[in-house]
Amino acid sequence: MAVEIIEILDSDGVDRAITRIAHEILEKNAGVDDLLLIGIRTGGAYLATQLQQKITNIEGKDVSTGIIDVTMYRDDLESRNNLEVGHSCIHVPVTDKKVILVDDVLFTGRTIRAALEAVIALGRPQNIQLAILVDRGHRELPIRPDYIGRNIPTAQNEQIKVDFDDQNVPQAVHLLRT
Amino acid sequence: MSFNPKHILGIKNLTADEINFILDTAESFKEINTRQIKKVPTLRGKTIINLFYEASTRTRTSFEIAGKRLSADTVNISASGSSVVKGETLEDTAKNIQAMHPDIIVMRHNASGACQYLADRLDCSVVNAGDGMHEHPSQALLDAFTIRQHKGSINGLTVAIIGDITHSRVVRSNIYCLNKLGAKVRLAGPGTMLPTGIEKLGCEVFNNLEDAIRDADVVMMLRIQRERQGTPLIPSVREYARFFGLNGNKMELAKKDAIVMHPGPINRGVELGTAIADGPQNVILNQVENGVAVRMALLYLVAGGEKLNSD
Repeated sequence: MAVEIIEILDSDGVDRAITRIAHEILEKNAGVDDLLLIGIRTGGAYLATQLQQKITNIEGKDVSTGIIDVTMYRDDLESRNNLEVGHSCIHVPVTDKKVILVDDVLFTGRTIRAALEAVIALGRPQNIQLAILVDRGHRELPIRPDYIGRNIPTAQNEQIKVDFDDQNVPQAVHLLRT
Repeated sequence: MSFNPKHILGIKNLTADEINFILDTAESFKEINTRQIKKVPTLRGKTIINLFYEASTRTRTSFEIAGKRLSADTVNISASGSSVVKGETLEDTAKNIQAMHPDIIVMRHNASGACQYLADRLDCSVVNAGDGMHEHPSQALLDAFTIRQHKGSINGLTVAIIGDITHSRVVRSNIYCLNKLGAKVRLAGPGTMLPTGIEKLGCEVFNNLEDAIRDADVVMMLRIQRERQGTPLIPSVREYARFFGLNGNKMELAKKDAIVMHPGPINRGVELGTAIADGPQNVILNQVENGVAVRMALLYLVAGGEKLNSD
């Protein structure tokens, strides 16, 4: 079956979306104090690094960033064929932090559910917020992002793909239709 | 890669990629053991039975902690306090346990092949925690994990294993594991403890400790397994200690940065002199620490994924 590929965002578009999210995060949290960006492996981790750079450029202050792998917290252990578990590395305690979870695509919300559990297992943050590059709908859980790069209503048979270059910088967002 | 084993019975049938996948998985689980709250919900609702027909402190505790940190329910059965002493056969015991629907049975047994026997007859997963003189896969994997941690890579290293080779399942699993990962394995021990033909597994055999450990990167000492010997294989423990015990002087033959390993329990003053047993080169407690992470990885891998066939 032929796959139709539609470009949703080019590299400038992705960059603008991340810049806007960075501003929104700073506005809502009144600066970088107690802020902790946590990217969900792997796409979210790359985006968290981008956001970190943007925020540093805007505010002139560094913001803590970590990576979380949610495999251990998933609820579909039995039906998954890929059992790879990645490393989590969060070098600062999450307790009393304002945690911004970062992921590339928000779909059913199950990954975020697992990520919430994974973060809470590490401590008690002041709050947890969610930043997403693309929200494609079809939520199966009551989860809502605080920062959205782009809303793209999709059909179940469509896929959203975020392309990264070899420096892990996002280059484009595509919609794949089969 | 995709690796969904139903059972872990030995190292012999694993590929280098599969071994590395297990070690990488363990690397990810290791972090949990240093957290304040050492628990993840990964195996919530799974039941793991530790069925131990032989004495064990480290392995059983390690498997139990590994299961508990993954949120599985673990139950320990040791032969001495069970219906085994009333004459029940292994198969009957296992079938009775199976009737309680466990997901994984971790078994140690004094008969080689006992885990395979169980795996052939039960629906649940079986993890070998040591069977007779056959294999002890989780030990070899935690050894490989520890070597990798200290040396960066296993490929190209020389590993000397000293002691009672005949009765050691740790040696067999380690020979398979280290060879697959590209290390050279040397063995040494008293003639009565060196089985003929062992070199066919892929190792060099020496009849004295000094030649075996010369320029080695890793020296792995074994315990004399008095419980497995019928007739004594050595004239005296003192003589054994003199010829095959490791002390500071002998250790100078190995590479300067060589590490000393031991699967435990150690016989202080027999295979390890106190200077070595408490010395900076030994990584024995590291091995124990890593054992939990490696066993978490094994339990996770046998519990997860769709099992395509039942064997």
